[in-house]
Amino acid sequence: MSGAGEKQVVRLTVNGEDHELLVRPHATVLELLREDLRLTGTKHGCELGECGACTVLVDGQAQLSCLLLPGQVDGACLTTIEGLADGPVLHPLQRAFAALGGLQCGYCTPGMLLAAKALLDTNPTPSRQQIKEALAGNLCRCTGYAAIVDAVEAAALGAVEAAAQDAVEAAALGAVEAAARTPR
Amino acid sequence: MTAVDTPVVPWTGVVGRPLPRVEAAAKVTGAIAYADDLQLPGMLFCKLLRSPHPHARVVSVDTTAARAMRGVVAVLTGHDLPTKYGIMPTCEDEQALEHEKVRFVGDPVAAVAAVDEETALAACRAIQVEYQPLAAVESIEDALAPPDGEPLHDYAGPGNVHRLAALEFGDVEAGFARADHVREDVFFFEGNTHLPMEQHSATAQASDGQVTLWSSTQNPHYVHRALAKVLGLPMGSVRVVAAPLGGGFGGKCDPFSHEIAVCKLALVTGRPVKCTLTREEVFYTHRGRHPTLMWVRTGVDREGHILAMHFRSVLDGGAYGSYGPASMLYTGALQPTTYRIPAYRFEGARVFTSKAPCGPKRGHGTPQPRFALEVHLDKIAEELGIDPVTLRRRNYVEPFTRTVNWLRVTSCGLQQITDRVLDASGYARRRRRLGHGMGFAVSSYMCGAGLSIYWNTLPHSQCVVTAGRGGVTVFCGATDIGQGSDSMLATVAAEELGLQPGAIRLVTGDTGLTPVDLGSYSSRVTFMAGNAAREAAAKLRQLLVEAVAEAEGRSPEQVQVRDARIGSLGFEEAVALAEERFGTLATHGSYTPPAGIGGRYKGAGVGPSPAYSYSAAVVELDADPVTGEIDVHKVWLAHDIGRAINELAVRGQVEGGVCMGLGEALMEAQAYRHGLVKQPSMLDYKSLTFLEMPDVETILVETVDPEGPYGAKEVGQGPLLPVIPAVVSAVHDALGVWVDEVPVTPDKVLRALEARARGRDARYGPKSFPVVPYPPLVKVAPPDAAAPTL
Repeated sequence: MSGAGEKQVVRLTVNGEDHELLVRPHATVLELLREDLRLTGTKHGCELGECGACTVLVDGQAQLSCLLLPGQVDGACLTTIEGLADGPVLHPLQRAFAALGGLQCGYCTPGMLLAAKALLDTNPTPSRQQIKEALAGNLCRCTGYAAIVDAVEAAALGAVEAAAQDAVEAAALGAVEAAARTPR
Repeated sequence: MTAVDTPVVPWTGVVGRPLPRVEAAAKVTGAIAYADDLQLPGMLFCKLLRSPHPHARVVSVDTTAARAMRGVVAVLTGHDLPTKYGIMPTCEDEQALEHEKVRFVGDPVAAVAAVDEETALAACRAIQVEYQPLAAVESIEDALAPPDGEPLHDYAGPGNVHRLAALEFGDVEAGFARADHVREDVFFFEGNTHLPMEQHSATAQASDGQVTLWSSTQNPHYVHRALAKVLGLPMGSVRVVAAPLGGGFGGKCDPFSHEIAVCKLALVTGRPVKCTLTREEVFYTHRGRHPTLMWVRTGVDREGHILAMHFRSVLDGGAYGSYGPASMLYTGALQPTTYRIPAYRFEGARVFTSKAPCGPKRGHGTPQPRFALEVHLDKIAEELGIDPVTLRRRNYVEPFTRTVNWLRVTSCGLQQITDRVLDASGYARRRRRLGHGMGFAVSSYMCGAGLSIYWNTLPHSQCVVTAGRGGVTVFCGATDIGQGSDSMLATVAAEELGLQPGAIRLVTGDTGLTPVDLGSYSSRVTFMAGNAAREAAAKLRQLLVEAVAEAEGRSPEQVQVRDARIGSLGFEEAVALAEERFGTLATHGSYTPPAGIGGRYKGAGVGPSPAYSYSAAVVELDADPVTGEIDVHKVWLAHDIGRAINELAVRGQVEGGVCMGLGEALMEAQAYRHGLVKQPSMLDYKSLTFLEMPDVETILVETVDPEGPYGAKEVGQGPLLPVIPAVVSAVHDALGVWVDEVPVTPDKVLRALEARARGRDARYGPKSFPVVPYPPLVKVAPPDAAAPTL
């Protein structure tokens, strides 16, 4: 019931900002992010650790936020999808997903992007098979996965613009970036 | 890897380009707000109490204890929402909360609004419901037997039979009598579910007797209608906003209990109320693929030309009507859109069972018969000693013809997609060896249903385009479920106005702000909303061109529209000029399918479409003769897209459709044990991950449909269809056995191999087709005999 039970103080850094929160000890980090911090970019697909949609980085490691309790992230540094871009400049993975069709409905995308970032941070030039293995815990129901592998590969190679198939598409990438800066 | 046939028509604008989707930035940054991301001040949280019984009478519902709980604000039962509804007017058999009888495990009986989800859940547990259990109806066989006690519904029948159809086009018996060879087969297609990544979520807010619902729905217009009816409000007092969807695939097409409950709770409490389903609830909300038993008998001549076909189906509909009558008719409608069938008989039935209701899933009612038909044709080819591709080619429909069941076929790239997919895959040159196989199949799908779900005279899609100092805005009821409908609308408007898609602002899927588009189902959006948007934007272009032509003393034909310029003026200057000349710049367009695209018999409403897409697949796989395991290496998919408005988006739909088709072919099943879903989680419900997904080679063939926007046809559903039979065919190619039941799991492969080892029929599948009380045949003269009206 609401308010029942002892609450717990948790201190953590999310996307570079420090927070001190009073939370239910049995809440999940997913709930803490979405409800307490209102960072709704992190998604839920199952809340049972089965789909990967809620993946965030905890001290650089890809973790399922629906399986983490607040006590497990006390003192930790988290990165969510809201913290992936460098200010208004999109991360190469974000540019690649947009340019190469690595997303459709977009619901698995935040978790997918953070799992991909964790991979590239430890292995900057993964093979296609290594990309598939690293992301195998993240389900996507729209894309058939191939375009996601393409996008991670292109981001790793620094070849997003080259992978864009014509000048109009490359120009449109600029428009995507502009749109990211000025949400409509 | 994608290949595109050389476009027939050159374009200088944005149509045909592989552009990123317009909302890509919002999706990669997490900024886009799906339904559950909406948080309103003072919001309450709703949970539904659901039946634990597959079939039971509700004797009483006592909510006293729940209402007394701290943090509980309101509790509803069926007495608060007694009006029945349903997506189809012929089977309005659902109640948001059942107070007399429950018909499946998961049927909602009460709703609670509380200060948080935990409290709402605890209050649900405090509600005392007295049930009197009734006999469950667990299978097609159960449903066809005389009811053990009362049937699930009292409006249909006999017993638990929901709906029946029996149609004959041409003289089928005469066709069989002339045939050199007649073959019969029985097939079963297990049910499966959509599994969108996003769980359904709905939030309602009410004030002054008006209610607004934000929901993860594919069809805001149909939800709008149902809400007005059930809440007893004028449609003008209800607004439904389709939030960006985290996937639908047909699973978010019905009006749902949770949507109605939050609206009622918002009206009762005066506070915003949200309900988000758990993943387990999504499995019980379902509306997925109907488990379908099928029997097909075909007569052919020595060369394999089809002379007559008789197709029977019986669908396990689950507990409610949903789209069921349409789903059932679709199991018989599209066989003649790929093959010339001079005489055709279809008998269909849908039965009620005490399981989650089935409804539309990607391919709606057609993947099951497509699987049966294609495998059946393979078997006929094998018996006749004819190559299965050759046999199909001899029967392909021609472009611009009419089928025996009166469906108008326009552009049709069957021969081209077959050529291309065979070329790319090397199917004809394949070397046979044990455990390795290739399979081929074709299919077709509609570009939008020719008729609305309920009878009305509305255009199927309407758009308004405005231009002013705030830029260009497209208003359209179309709903982006991830398929790219927003990008399609922006691209069409941009093409007409000489702009880039990113310059177009969109207001979509909002019944309070946009003119009606019927929704994102039946692959109708590109064809219908695309045509409506094109008309509206072309009218706006005309105004801009006229204003500029007048100012420059030139004829409108001399004014070029491109690269954000109208003639010598920049786009914004041209808008200012046209505003001065014509006043407010707002134009509209609409789309209604042409008359006469289907027949005039009872049941003729299902199948007609302004155009059909065509797909051909080749699947290459290894099938292990010892373990029965299947490892798909590669899929080649050639699709007659008409014209690709956005090649990147089209390729994505093809790859996604192939992925889902492979899932259905190999592993996906929504099955039950005593009314309980066997696999109510994303771990237990098997679907493809990165590791199982093979390479896909997509080949787009552009036939440029005469009525599609820029020649475009659908791609959202079609490419799934041929994948399933191509897998079955490839398994046969590899091991010499037929698995006549999908999903093709290793145990079924092994049982087929065992059957062969014991000298029995080298197959696994249903042995017989039940006796179904089909009605007397309605005989319909085929178009040739009745003067075609093309």
